Amino acid sequence: MIDMIKTLGKSVREYKRPALVTPMLVTLEVIMEVIIPLLMANLIDKGIYSGQMNEILKIGVALVIASILSLVFGVLSGITASKASAGFAKNLRKDLYYKVQKFSFSNVDKFSTASIVTRLTTDVSNVQMAFQMITRIVVRTPLMLIFSLIMAFSINMKLSLIFLLLIPVVGIALYFIMSRVHPIFERVFKRYDDLNNVVEENVSGIRVVKSYLLEEREKRKFGNISTEIYKDFTKAQKIMALTSPTMQFAIYAAIILISWFGAKIIVSTHMTELTTGEITSLITYGIQILSSLMMLAMILVMSTIARTSAERIVEVLKEEPDIKNPKKPIEKVENGKIEFKNVSFSYVNSKKKECLKNINFIINSGETVGIIGGIGSGKSTLVNLIPRLYDATEGSVEVGGINVKKYDLEVLRNAVSVVLQKNVLFSGTIKENLRWGDKNATDEELEKACRLAQADEFIQKFPNKYDTYIEQGGTNVSGGQRQRLCIARALLKKPKILILDDSTSAVDTKTDSLIRRAFKEEIPNTTKIIIAQRIASVQEADKIIILDNGTINGIGTHEELLKTNDIYREVYESQVKGGTENET
Amino acid sequence: MRPSRRTGIAQPKQVKNKKKTVKRLLGYITKGYKKQLVLVIICIILSSIAGVAGSLFLKTLIDDYITPLLSMENPVFTGLLKAIAIMILIYLVGIVSTYLYNRTMVMVSQGVLKTIRDEMFDKMQSFPIKYFDTNTHGDIMSHYTNDTDTLMQMISQSLPNLMASTVTIVAVFCAMLTISIPLTVFILLFVFLMLKITGKVASKSAKYFANQQATLGKANGFVEEMINGQKVVKVFTYEEEAKEKFNKINEELCENTTKANKYANILMPMLNNLGNLEYVLVAIIGGFIAINWNGLLSVGAIASFLQLTKSFNQPVMQISNQLNSIVMALAGANRIFELMDVKPEEDQGYVTLVNAKKVDGKIQETKERTGMWAWKHPHHDGTLTYEELRGYIELINVDFGYEPDKEVLHDVSLYAKPGQKIAFVGATGAGKTTITNLINRFYDIEDGKIRYDGININKIKKSDLRRSLGIVLQDTNLFTGTIKENIKYGKENATDEEVISAAKLANAHDFIMRLPKGYNTMLTSNGSNLSQGQRQLLSIARAAINDPPVMILDEATSSIDTRTEKIVQEGMDKLMEGRTVFVIAHRLSTVRNAKAIIVLENGRIIERGDHNELIKQKGKYYQLYTGAFELE
Repeated sequence: MIDMIKTLGKSVREYKRPALVTPMLVTLEVIMEVIIPLLMANLIDKGIYSGQMNEILKIGVALVIASILSLVFGVLSGITASKASAGFAKNLRKDLYYKVQKFSFSNVDKFSTASIVTRLTTDVSNVQMAFQMITRIVVRTPLMLIFSLIMAFSINMKLSLIFLLLIPVVGIALYFIMSRVHPIFERVFKRYDDLNNVVEENVSGIRVVKSYLLEEREKRKFGNISTEIYKDFTKAQKIMALTSPTMQFAIYAAIILISWFGAKIIVSTHMTELTTGEITSLITYGIQILSSLMMLAMILVMSTIARTSAERIVEVLKEEPDIKNPKKPIEKVENGKIEFKNVSFSYVNSKKKECLKNINFIINSGETVGIIGGIGSGKSTLVNLIPRLYDATEGSVEVGGINVKKYDLEVLRNAVSVVLQKNVLFSGTIKENLRWGDKNATDEELEKACRLAQADEFIQKFPNKYDTYIEQGGTNVSGGQRQRLCIARALLKKPKILILDDSTSAVDTKTDSLIRRAFKEEIPNTTKIIIAQRIASVQEADKIIILDNGTINGIGTHEELLKTNDIYREVYESQVKGGTENET
Repeated sequence: MRPSRRTGIAQPKQVKNKKKTVKRLLGYITKGYKKQLVLVIICIILSSIAGVAGSLFLKTLIDDYITPLLSMENPVFTGLLKAIAIMILIYLVGIVSTYLYNRTMVMVSQGVLKTIRDEMFDKMQSFPIKYFDTNTHGDIMSHYTNDTDTLMQMISQSLPNLMASTVTIVAVFCAMLTISIPLTVFILLFVFLMLKITGKVASKSAKYFANQQATLGKANGFVEEMINGQKVVKVFTYEEEAKEKFNKINEELCENTTKANKYANILMPMLNNLGNLEYVLVAIIGGFIAINWNGLLSVGAIASFLQLTKSFNQPVMQISNQLNSIVMALAGANRIFELMDVKPEEDQGYVTLVNAKKVDGKIQETKERTGMWAWKHPHHDGTLTYEELRGYIELINVDFGYEPDKEVLHDVSLYAKPGQKIAFVGATGAGKTTITNLINRFYDIEDGKIRYDGININKIKKSDLRRSLGIVLQDTNLFTGTIKENIKYGKENATDEEVISAAKLANAHDFIMRLPKGYNTMLTSNGSNLSQGQRQLLSIARAAINDPPVMILDEATSSIDTRTEKIVQEGMDKLMEGRTVFVIAHRLSTVRNAKAIIVLENGRIIERGDHNELIKQKGKYYQLYTGAFELE
C-alpha cells in the first residue's frame, strides 16, 4: 500500500504546490466553518436574547466576514484541487505512456493492448477522482470531526461526553454495514463483467445467434446473470439502507440527550454553565461530527474502487522493460549479414513450450531468403529475434557479425526493417504514414519507395494522391493496397535488412512478382527475408528455409528442396495442383 | 456503486422529449410497484416531518420549558420529560420510516433496472442485422453499462432524495410561515437567488464537462490506436514522435478537466456560504423586529426560525446537487428508450418447418424426429399443403442496396438445385456476402424474388428458414463456455458422440484432444486461446452438427494454411455431400470443384459456369486463375 502510494506519488511533480496548498486551504475553510456556528450561537445569546441590536450587527459582520473567508478558501481550494488532480492525472497518463513506449513486445503481450488502453484511460480517471477526493474531503472530514469535537467540548464538557458515547456506536454500526457490503459489491463487479461479456458476444456474434436460432438460449443466459446482479445488488443495498436510519438514530439521540441534560443544566445553574444559544450550537456540532463519520465510511468504500485501479496502474509503472539498451552500445550496423547460432526461444520461458529449437543458419549480406512453414511453425517468431523485438532464450543472434544485444536498439531497428504480419496504418494522410519510415523524406523519395512497392500507381488514382486521408487501421484502402503501403513505409528506412512477414498475401501474384523484381534491381545490397504461404513468392530466393514445429526442416534452393524435402514438395504440389498459386 | 465511466453532463438539448422520457421512466417505476410506492411516499412524508419536528422542538424546548423553568423556584421536569418522550416517539417513527423507504426503494430500483436490462436484451435479440452493422459495438454495449448506471443512481438515490427534499421544503416552509410571514418571504427571495447561481455555474460546468468528454474521447482514440499499433511503433523506432503527439492531447485534456472540475468544485462552497449570509441577514432582520416590535416575534421564535433556515437550505442544496445526476439519467433513459424503440425484424412468414414422413407417397406431419422435413404451407382457402424440404434455392431478378440509393446487387438471377455446390467469386464489395445475407433474410430484398423449394422466402417464418440453413462465416464467433458447448450451439440436444463426430468431420478433433481439458476446455473472449485457423475448424464443426440441407460457407477456410486445408477439405467434401452449398472463397482452389462458379463484379453477375467452361471463356475468371488480375 505505502509502496503503491510512493510509486503513484512520483507523478505529482510540478503539481505538488496545488496538491499541498489544497489541504491547507481546506483546513482554513474548515476552521471558518467551525467558527461560524459559534458565532451563530453568540448572535442568538448576546444579540437576540439580550436585545442588543448593535451586538447583533457586530456579530453579524463577523459572521459575514467569516462566511466570505470560508467562501474564498472554499473556492480557492476547489480550484487548486481541480488543478492538482487534473495535473496529477496528466502526469500519470504521461508516465504510463512513456513507460509503455519502453516496453518490449513481450511486455506488451503480457498486459495485452486492450488492458493497457483501459489502464491509461479508465483507471487513470478513477485514480484522478480519488486523488481529488483525498486532497479535499479526506483532509476535511477528520479535521471537521476534531474541530467540531473541540468546539463542543469548549462549550460544555459534560454534554460533549454524549458525542464521545455516540461516536463508537455509529462507528461500529457503519463498520458492520461496510464490511458486510464490500464483498458483495466486489462480487457484483465481476458479475457485471459477465453481463458485459454476454452483451459483447451477442452484439458481435449476432449473425451466429440468428443463424442458429440461439435467441432464447442467450436470453436465458442473460436473464440468469441479470437476476444474479439483481439479487446481489438488492442484498448489498438493503444493508446499505441501514446507514441513513443509523445516522438519524445517532443525530436524534444526540438532540434528545442534549435537550434533556442541557435543560437540566441550564435550569440548575441558571444559564451560568450553559445558555440556550449554546444548546443550538451543540446540536449543530453534533450533526457535523456524526456526518463526518459517515463521510469517512463512504470514503472507505470509494477508495476501494480506486485502489483496484491504482494497483493496475502501478503494475504497469513497475514493469521492467525486459529488452534494454546495452551499456556501451555499438552505433553502427556494418552490413546485412545474419547468423543464428543454436538459437532457442520460448514465449513463456519454459523448455517444454519452445517455439524455436536449436536454430542454426547464416544469411550473407544482400541475399534473398524465403521462409516457408505451416501455422505455428515459428516463422514470425524467428524473424522477430533479428531486430530484438524479442530476445532469444538460448543461443545468439548476430547481425553484421555482432550479437544483436550489443547494438544500440534504435540503430539496430533502423537497420532492420520488418513489415509485420499484422500491418497497421495510422489515421493520417498517406504521406504522414510513409514518413514514419523517414521523417525527413522528400516527396520524390516517397514516390520512389512507393514505385518500388508497386503502390504509386494506385495512389496516383486517388483524388488527393499522396495527401489521401487514411482512416484508423487503414480501413479505407484494400488489403493489398495496405500491404503495399506498409512495404513502402519500411523501404523508406533504407534498411540493411528488410523482412516481409507474410506481407504480400493480399497482393496478386503479378504485382507480387513485380515487387520482388524491383527489390532485386533497386536494392541489391539489402538482405531480404520473405515469409510467405505461396511458393511463388520464394521460388527465386537464394535459399529457402523450411520451418516445421520450431525446427529447421531443410534449407536450400527451390530445385534442391523439391528433390530433397517432403514438406516443401507437398506444399508445392498442393498449390500447383490446387491452383492455389492464384490465391489472391 | 459501480465505478461508472464518466459520461459527462448531458447537454440539455440532447434530452429530447424530456417529458415523454420522464413519463415513460415513471411508468416503469409505477408499473408493478404501486403498493411499494405508496408506502415509500408515506414513509418519506413521515420521515421528513420527524426531521422538521426536530427543528421546531428547539423552540418549544426554549420557550415552553427552559424559560418558564428558569423562573421557578423548584423546577419540575415532568412536563419536559413528557415532551421529550413524545419527541422520542416521533423520532422513532422517523427512523423506522427512513429505513422502510430506503429498503423499499432498493427493491423498486433494482427491480426496475432488471426489467429494463432484460427488456433491452430481449428486444435487441429481435433487431435486424442492419442495426448491428450500422452501430458501433461499444456504443450498443454502453446502453447496458453507462446508461443503466445513470438510471440506478437516479432511481435509488436522486428520486427519493428529491421527494424527501421536496417534502422537507414544504414542511419547513409551512413551519416558517407559522413563525413569521415577512421572514419567510425574505427566505424565498434568497432561495431564488441561490437557484439562479446554481443554474449559472452548472451550465458553465456542463459546457466544460462536455469539452472534457470530447478531449477524453480524443485521447482514448489516440491511445487506443497507438497502443494497438505499438509493435509498428517499435519497429519504426517512432517512440519519440508518439510521445510528442500524446503530450499535446494530454495537455489539452488536462486543461479542460481542470476547468470542468473547477466549476463543479466551487458550487458547493458558494451555496454553503450564501446560506450563511442568509442566516446572518435573517438574524439581523429578525433581531431588529424582535427588539423594536416585541409582540411580533419572540426570542425563541427567532432561534427556531434560524434553525429552520438551516433546515431549509439543506434540501435546496441537496436538490441542486442532484440536478446533474438527474439530467444525466434522463439522457441515459432517453438512449435506453431509443434502443428499445428500434423496429424489430419483421416476420410475416407463416410457412413452417415440420418433421415429416412419407405414407403412401404422401407427406405427413409427425411429432418425432424422422430426419425428413417438410414445409407446412397454409393457404388462403384454409387448405394445408406439405412440401418436402430439399434445398432448392432460386434468386430471380434480385436488386438490393444497404442504403436506399446505393444499390449493391443488380438483377441477380441464379439457382442451386438440391445437392449442388455453387461458388461466388469476385473482389471485395462485389456482392458475394450480400447474396448470402439475403438468402437467410438478414436483409430483405428490394426487388425480385428468392424461392426456397418453390416457396417465396418472405412467406417462410424466419426462425424456420434459418433452421434450414447452416452458416460458417469468416469471422468466427465463439462464445464463453466449453468447446463442447460451443459445438452444441448448432444443435442443443446433441449427444457427446455427435459432438465428437462433428469435430472429426471438421478435422478439429485432433487439436481439441491435445488441449489440456479436451472437449471441456473453457473458451474465453471469443476463443482467444485458439489460433484463427482452429477457431474456423470449430465453427465448421458447429455447422456440421446442425445437419442442415443448405449450407453457406463464407470464407470458411481463409485462415487455414493450404496444407491443413487439404486435410480439412476431405471433411468438408463429406460435409457438403448431398447438400446445397454456397461457397465464397478467396482461394480459387476451394471453389474449383463447384457445380457452378458465379463471378460477380460490382453487384452484377458477369460470368457463370463450371471451372472448365470459365477457363475456356478466357474472361475474368481466367484472368483471376492465371493471376493476371488482382482481386483486392
